[in-house]
Formats: sequence, structure tokens, C-alpha cells
Amino acid sequence: MPEVTASAKKFFPEPRILPGGEREFMMDVATSDLEVSMGPQHPATHGVMQVLLRADGEMVTAAQPHLGFLHRCAEKIGENVEWLQYLPYTDRYDYLAAMNNNLGYSMAVEALLQVEIPRRAQLIRMICVELNRIASHLVAFGTYGLDLGAFTPFLYAFREREWLLMIFEKICGARLTYSYLRIGGVFNDAPPGWLQEVEHFCDVFEEKWKEYYDLLMVNKIFVERTARVGVITKEQALDFGLTGPMLRGSGVDFDLRRDMPYLLYRQAFEDGAFEVPLGRGEKGELGDCWDRIYVRVKEMMEALGIVRWCLGCIEEGPVLGEVGKTLKVPPGEAYVAIENPRGELGHYVLSDGGKGSSRCRVRGPSFCNLAIIEDIMPGTLLADAVAIIGSTDVVIGETDR
Amino acid sequence: MIGLQESPEVAAAAAAPIAGGGNWTLHFLQGITPEAVPGWILPIVTASISVGVVIAMISVIAMLSVWLERKVSGHIQCRYGPMYAGGWHGWAQTIADGVKLLTKEDMVPSGADKPLFMLAPAIVLGAIFGAFVAMPLAPDYFFADINLGVFFILGMSSLTTIGVVMSGWASNSKWSLYGAMREAAQVVAYEIPLGISLMVALICAGTFNLIDASEAQRDFWGMGWFIFKNPFVIPAVVLFFVATLAETKRAPFDLPEAESELVAGFLTEYSGIRWSFFFMEEYAAMFLMSLVMAVFFFGGFESPVTYLAAESMGLGYDHLVTNLLGAVTLIVKSMMGVLLMMWIRWTLPRVRIDQVMTMGYKYLTPLALVCVLGAALWEAGKQAIL
Repeated sequence: MPEVTASAKKFFPEPRILPGGEREFMMDVATSDLEVSMGPQHPATHGVMQVLLRADGEMVTAAQPHLGFLHRCAEKIGENVEWLQYLPYTDRYDYLAAMNNNLGYSMAVEALLQVEIPRRAQLIRMICVELNRIASHLVAFGTYGLDLGAFTPFLYAFREREWLLMIFEKICGARLTYSYLRIGGVFNDAPPGWLQEVEHFCDVFEEKWKEYYDLLMVNKIFVERTARVGVITKEQALDFGLTGPMLRGSGVDFDLRRDMPYLLYRQAFEDGAFEVPLGRGEKGELGDCWDRIYVRVKEMMEALGIVRWCLGCIEEGPVLGEVGKTLKVPPGEAYVAIENPRGELGHYVLSDGGKGSSRCRVRGPSFCNLAIIEDIMPGTLLADAVAIIGSTDVVIGETDR
Repeated sequence: MIGLQESPEVAAAAAAPIAGGGNWTLHFLQGITPEAVPGWILPIVTASISVGVVIAMISVIAMLSVWLERKVSGHIQCRYGPMYAGGWHGWAQTIADGVKLLTKEDMVPSGADKPLFMLAPAIVLGAIFGAFVAMPLAPDYFFADINLGVFFILGMSSLTTIGVVMSGWASNSKWSLYGAMREAAQVVAYEIPLGISLMVALICAGTFNLIDASEAQRDFWGMGWFIFKNPFVIPAVVLFFVATLAETKRAPFDLPEAESELVAGFLTEYSGIRWSFFFMEEYAAMFLMSLVMAVFFFGGFESPVTYLAAESMGLGYDHLVTNLLGAVTLIVKSMMGVLLMMWIRWTLPRVRIDQVMTMGYKYLTPLALVCVLGAALWEAGKQAIL
């Protein structure tokens, strides 16, 4: 056996004899995982979120979301402003679904006020909320394509979204932060011709929806990228308290619009206006990224059904209940949860009879849905990490509030 | 002409007739230079002029391609793209952008390996310029008539990978490093099917020279393209094209610069004119690869148009008009390839790194080998029967 020098020994140490008689060499080469900070300025985090990744090459071994870059004290502001003044702040946490936020807050205050909402106002609310759901899911769908490197579906989605925003602009003058659904009903009646335009939109959108489905959802590469990626089992989904498409994507049949109905959703459901789409593991496993995005894409069509149902039974009438100029909210507390495009949006308001709430708490779906990425990301590839973040469809404005 | 006789190559070049091929610039200079000028100056001047022509040509091609990409993407996405700069459909937008990029601050990130960081764009661009040297401009006009021309082109275009890896390492950014590593892995995986699928056409052509390969497709009224001559060329074209996409970092294989994953990959830390060097390389490489594809699969300079000019009008293949028509034919064919790449980029999502590797090693390489075998048997059979 040749002589082993000291420096060679450093690199080729004495072998360890394994039980089978094989020799095992331990090489003194340092390897360590790469720590990568994805965000707060990163195209895939959909805002100013930071995900600290620990990666072994392309393989993610640990992921930790960091929040708070967009914190604007929304809940504290709720304690310092009057009831109605808080409404514009609700627009700003989930800025993609401002109508839903308006509705959630308004309904929480209405629960304390015990005010009756006129039927026309309820129907206009439903139309606005569902159109907003479509607009929000269009962003989710489009940006998800963007996350996976498909640029064009994003622009297609925004083409229809643009029309929706124009529809919203016609009814309330704002494109993103509406403050339109207010306590007691809606701010004003729909302008002449608005309902007809919504109907026209529904017809056109139905055709376009097929286009989206064919362009992205059944694209071979898209399916390969999303199926069997980021699988959330039913148990995991329930354990983490997921709601909305994240929960339904895992096959749990739960939708607040059907199971704890508000507005006129009970009637709509009984009339067969909508169903609750569930992930079925069609392309891969139950609860993978494809299922989640599929639920969103299907929900657009269901939302269209609800809008059509509302348009079918809308009639003339007042759009604002008897609430008065200054709200006199009796002391008490209320928690109202509605189905936001991202899941359960709960508003808890506590009144001491004063001008504003003494506690205003928001249960945001994005915030609750985000926590699971820490569990499902390890073991995936870097590109899958992006696909998983995209499939949670978080809005950072709402996780941070 | 005393000086010329000292160098055998130059003497040979001078002896060859213009129409028979060669460098027109050299011939032209020889015609107008007084005898007092030493002969060794002429090749150097010729080389300088040729380099200038190559650089100008690539710049124009890159600018045109960038503009085209923006228009194509715009129209695919229901919008117009640039419309104002220059008047007609924003044709001068790229020039305006180029001027903007030139005047931007030249930044090197702190902690970066400065020499490497600055060298990387130069290597990338220099390699692709070098590859263009073997590109024939017209059937009878070229800078370097290399009998292993296509090998030279593939080799030089692979050199760009070194520049990309260098840029990723030197940037002192983890995203850049990821991009560089992906580029290295991807190019290594796809060079193999790229070369093997090209072998199919080389078997048909029997030459590595681009001009000879083009000439071999001259029959059948200029439509004797290899893709029509041998059934195994058809799958080989598809394989070659897919490998080309990976080689030039185009979607769906744009993993080295995967925007939504790696911010901008190896380009993350680059800005200004250095950044635009990488872009010029990308578009030049797209054009070059499409050109190789056009020459070796789609008839090169040959088309019914050149046939009409050469045979029906009796001009012959050496005539200037035929040459010009040949050049236009080749550029149009190459631009078709570039357009196809753009169309794909704006339609498909990006594949994942493991899928890229699987596709390259597990499917493309064996399929390319099958194509080579089939094509070889077909050619051998053809020769045995005829």
C-alpha cells in the first residue's frame, strides 16, 4: 500500500468498515443549504411578502413566510374612526375584492343595528359581490399563469377584468376601492342600462371562459407543472383552518354561501343558480395546485350563474334601509363571516354605543391560508415553490392589513 | 501584386473568380488598391470590414427582432405594442431603447467579481459574433468558407454559455447563480440532441459546409429540401427546434432567466448596455439557430424563386440577382423560425428544471438517435436502389 501523506489524509481519511465489510469514506467537503430570500421584492410573491427559503440546489428544504411589510393598522384605525368612516379602509385590505370587504363589514354592523335591507339592495349587493369575485379570480388565474411563465393568459384575463372594472366604475365611480356596499344597503341605485350591460357581460364572458380553459387549464405543460404539486390533504386543509378555494380544492365541501347563507344565497342555491365546485384530483392528486386553480376557474362560472339569477328576479325598489345620517349602533358584539373570493372573511365588531367600534377585528382568509405553505413547500423544487405561492392566491394587503 | 504571392491563401483567393465564391470585399479591394500597397494589408482590412458588417448586421437583426417580438407579443395579447417612436408602428422603439440603455449608469453591484462581471457580456456577445462569421450572406458571398461551418457555429454559440455562467457567478447574487447553474445544466443536456438531430440533415447533405448543404437542395425546382427528401428529417426538425429553444434560452425553456422564479436569473444584476448585450445575444442566437435550421432542413438559399431566376430566366446561379434572391430567401426562412419561437414564447408556460432534464436526456436524445439511424438506413437504401 502506498504511503499516505498528511495532506492526502485530510481529504481521504481512514475508511470506516461497515458491517457488510464495505468501506465507507467520509470526505471533508463542506456543503450547506443555500438560504435565499424570496421577496419582499420578487415577482412571484404577489406583493411585498417575503419567503425565506432554504434550498439544497433547486430543492427547497424549508420555507418561512414573513409578513408585515404592508401593515397599515387597519384594525386599530377601526377603533378610532366612526362606523361609516371605516368603510373605505375595508376596501384596502383585500383590494382585489373590495366589494366583498364592504359587504362583510356592513353586514357585521347591520347585525348590531338590526336593520332590514331592501330586496333590491340585496340583489345589487349580490351582483356586485359576484362580479367582484369573477374579477378577483381573473387576477388569480392570470397571475398564476404569469407565475408559471405563461404571459398571454394574464393579458386575456385582464381584458375581461377591465370591462368588469368599467362596470364597477359606472355604478360607483371607482375601479378598485369601491366603498359602494354601505351599512344599510348600497350607496346608490344602479344607473340606467347598467343591469343590461351586466347581462351582456355575462353572455360574452361565458364564451371567453372556454377560451381560458382551453388556453391554460388543459395545456400539457401547465398540467405537468401544477398536478401533484403542493398537495394539501383533506386533513391538512382542515387542520390549518383553510377556507375558500384552498379548502374546496382539497375536496372539502364547504362554502359559506350555501352552508351559512347570507343575503339571498339560500334562495339562489335552492333555485339551482350555483353549485359548489370541488377539487377532484382530476389531473393528479386531490388537493394539488391544479385542483385549487380549477376550483377558482369553475367558481367564475358559478358566480356568473348567481349574477344571472339576480338579474332574473331584480325589481324596482329602494336600495338603502332605514339607517339615518349618523349611525346609532346599540352596544353589543357581532361576528359575521362571508365567502370572500379567497375564503372566509370574518368581521368582528364590538360596540359600546359610541360613534365607532371599540374593537374591530378582521379574520382574513389570505392570512389564514398562507400558513400552510410552510408545511407543503419543503421537498419541492424552487419552481414549485412559486407555483404553490401562486396557488394560495394571497393578497398581501390583507395578510398584513 | 508582388505582396500577394507571398501568402498562398491570398494568392488562391485572388486567383479564384469572383463568381466562383470567395470574399467580395477582398476582390473589390484588390481591384482598387494601387500596387505600392503591400499585399498583407488587404486581408486585414477585409477582416476589419467583415467584422464591421457582421456587427452591423447582428445589431440590425437584433433590433428588428426585439421590435418584432414586441409587436408579436402585443398582437397575441390583444394589444398593439409600440406605436409611437419613429412613426410607423413604432419601428424606432428599439433604437430609442438602445440610446436609453447606452446613456444609463454603468453599475457593478458591490461584492461582485468586477473583471468577470464586465467580461461576461463581452464573451457572450463576442461568441455569437464569432459564430456569425461562418454564416454565408449569399450563396457566393461569405466571410469564412469553413468546411466544418456548422460545427464552428454550434461551437461558438455554445461558448455563450460560459459567458452566462460567468455572469451568474460574478454577480454576487443567489438568483444569478441559480440562473447560471440552470443554463449550464440545460445547455449540456440539449447540446446532445441538438447535434444528433442535426446529424440527420448532415447525413442527407453529406457535408458540414452550409453553402454546399444549401446547394444539395437545389433540385426539384428549388424545392428539394431535405425535409421533403427523407422522412426521418421531419421528426429531426422537431427535435432540432425544441433543442434550439433550450439552447437559446427561449420559452418554454427560459429557465436561466425565469422571470417569476429567479427574478431575472443571470440578468438580475445587469443594467444598461451590458444588459442589452445579453439581449442582443439572445436575438442573434435565435436568428443564427433558425438560420442553421433553414439551411440544413428547409433548403437554405434554394426556393422556387431562386430557381426561377437561375434556370427559367437563364441568369445562372452565379448571377448577382440570384445571389440577392438567395440571400432574401434565407433571411425570410430564418425569420420564420424566429417568429415561430416568438409565437411559442407567448403561448406556453415554462417547464420545470427536472422536466427539462427528463425531456432532454430521456426523450429527445434517444429519439434523435433513432432518427439518425433511420435517416442513415434510408440514404443507404436509396443509394443501393438507385
